[in-house]
Amino acid sequence: MSPPVPRRVPLVAPGASDAPPYDAVDSLVGLARTLRAAGTPVSPERVQAAVVAAAALHPGSREDLYWAGRLTLCASPDDLARYDRVFAAYFGDRPAALVRRPRVVRPGLRLAPGAAGEPGGDGDGEPDGVAAASSVEQLRHKDVARMTPDERAELGRLLALLRLPGEPRRVRRRTPAPRGPVDAHRTLRGWLAAGGEPARLHRERPSTRPRRVVLLVDVSGSMDPYADALLRFAHAASGRGRAGPPCEVFVLGTRMTRVTREMAHRDPDAALAAVAEACPDAGGGTRLGGLLKEFLDRWGARGLARGAVVVVLSDGWERADPQLLGEQTARLARLASRVVWCNPRKAAPGYAPLAGGMAAALPHVDDFVEGHSLAAYERLALVVRGWERAGPRHA
Amino acid sequence: MADLPPPSGSPEPAARRGLLPAGVTTPADLARLLEAAGYLPDAGVATAAYLALALPRPLLLEGEAGVGKTALAHALARVLGAELLRLQCYEGIDASQALYDWDFPRQLLHLRAAEAAGGADADVLEAEVYSRRFLLARPLLAALETSPSVLLVDEVDRADDEFEAFLLEVLSDYTVTVPELGTVRAEVPPVVLVTSNRTREVHDALKRRCLYHWVEHPDFAREVAIVRRRVPEASAQLVAQVAGAAQALREQDLLKPPGVAESIDWAQALVALGAARLDADTATATLGAVLKYREDQERVRLDVAQLVARAVTR
Repeated sequence: MSPPVPRRVPLVAPGASDAPPYDAVDSLVGLARTLRAAGTPVSPERVQAAVVAAAALHPGSREDLYWAGRLTLCASPDDLARYDRVFAAYFGDRPAALVRRPRVVRPGLRLAPGAAGEPGGDGDGEPDGVAAASSVEQLRHKDVARMTPDERAELGRLLALLRLPGEPRRVRRRTPAPRGPVDAHRTLRGWLAAGGEPARLHRERPSTRPRRVVLLVDVSGSMDPYADALLRFAHAASGRGRAGPPCEVFVLGTRMTRVTREMAHRDPDAALAAVAEACPDAGGGTRLGGLLKEFLDRWGARGLARGAVVVVLSDGWERADPQLLGEQTARLARLASRVVWCNPRKAAPGYAPLAGGMAAALPHVDDFVEGHSLAAYERLALVVRGWERAGPRHA
Repeated sequence: MADLPPPSGSPEPAARRGLLPAGVTTPADLARLLEAAGYLPDAGVATAAYLALALPRPLLLEGEAGVGKTALAHALARVLGAELLRLQCYEGIDASQALYDWDFPRQLLHLRAAEAAGGADADVLEAEVYSRRFLLARPLLAALETSPSVLLVDEVDRADDEFEAFLLEVLSDYTVTVPELGTVRAEVPPVVLVTSNRTREVHDALKRRCLYHWVEHPDFAREVAIVRRRVPEASAQLVAQVAGAAQALREQDLLKPPGVAESIDWAQALVALGAARLDADTATATLGAVLKYREDQERVRLDVAQLVARAVTR
């Protein structure tokens, strides 16, 4: 009773335990390498698991080989379609049409700002190194869209210092406190230590954790002058080494892309390069309503936006029907703890949120803040933290 | 006898392995057993469950709500004749709720009783107080102590990151150390199923340790079989219509497309109303069993006739 031997997969019959090491190893390792080239992070442990899994199944069958690989080499729904494609290509069904793995461009040496030989863009450029403090103060309030390259570089450094913790909320956990309800466990433990003698009463109070922060960054054509600064802000906000859940970042171009993983690079330039590779669609037109719906369907409604502080960084420029944007913002507001809309155009003199999309979304927005300068981003961080409020009616 | 190597020339020498029940040598065998236990798996689920038992390795299941992730754990427990231990994760869950806790009030009572009975030796008393009978086993510890057992870690994405690291520790060598008592080791590792709804990305370290399977909605024929199995009192025609309508609803752009669980609810609701077949009136009356959002209901209600027609022609 020998198994059917498929083409290209030289295999031994199951049960020949003292046979030479499993021959499908070559095939699986090759498959894993191809997957890795296609962008799935396949670790050696996973490859090993795939080989063990294949050996546990009927190793001659192509279907079993497929499942052995799929169950061990994939780790998310995004991996599955890629796996199917790679599997078919690797075992010769269809010509390979593989997506290259996003490459991280690590910056090498960079020219020092000011040495680039670029003339200062506008007349008020100051000599280097002079009155640094006051220039930082000026920079804080300057519109990002009107900055010179040098100023942008400085802005990038200042933005990297920002943090964006969410508003604290009470959780089920309790922490010891000088007053509050009695902590039965700790009290009893204390009594046990004292041999059963009633000793001191320990007390507790509910502890707090920051809410999750979700950033939706609009990188469509109309947001072009601000996209770089906003992405750097998002990178600083998603910085690691803080308590609480990490900040989630999504980019809205012509499609919606989750870039939280790309943002995890420590170096802002490397992170931004990775983001640019992950969503090559920046600069196109905007269908904000449709993208917001996609975000809510795929991520928000499942729980990502539930109880979170959701920050939309956008000018609210909507090409399609503004009514959809209104509906979806309302849906978002019902899920999220708070919706903060940060609009870089808000600071412009004479601006009123009358443009279709913004007007439709505004009734469902809890806080409406400016987003054109460093000072505005600092204020945004305070609003997200809950230390300042900026309801649309205060505008 | 089990330790002896199988005789050479046996039809299935190295076949039975891991935690697989006797006689199961292929995923199809396991699928038959699961079917007998009331769960109708497709090839992917059967293979995933087979490997989880054969290797043995924890199985991470993801998929839309209501596709039968939790039901698989129940069915596996029935197939294996094992106890199902369920750990429902939530934000802020910690070791004392997942692993073990000391029963402080009883310890204290014990101390008092010993004191009242007359001076007991302090060392003896301490050993007594920290003995197994004052330890409350929570699901993880209970799963290690019970054999055989199926451990279901439900909705792991709701727990915090730190909890995942802790879970990983337990799942990596199936031991738990209680400082006062010693190390508890599982004689036979439990079958572990972890489910996630993807509200956040589960950490890579945990994923790496698990087999991963994305559970799809069943196709029409399988859904009919599942609903018939779960709602035997429904007529064949009604079941086919319900399954057809559910499949049609999944193709529409709804906030929450119905899962198999909703199809079963729907069939039960229709049976409760005494409906022998699905028509526009009964469908409208029972829409609340399948669609749980007002927006979805309004959208479908506008075109119930078409939905029913599609269900019939399928």
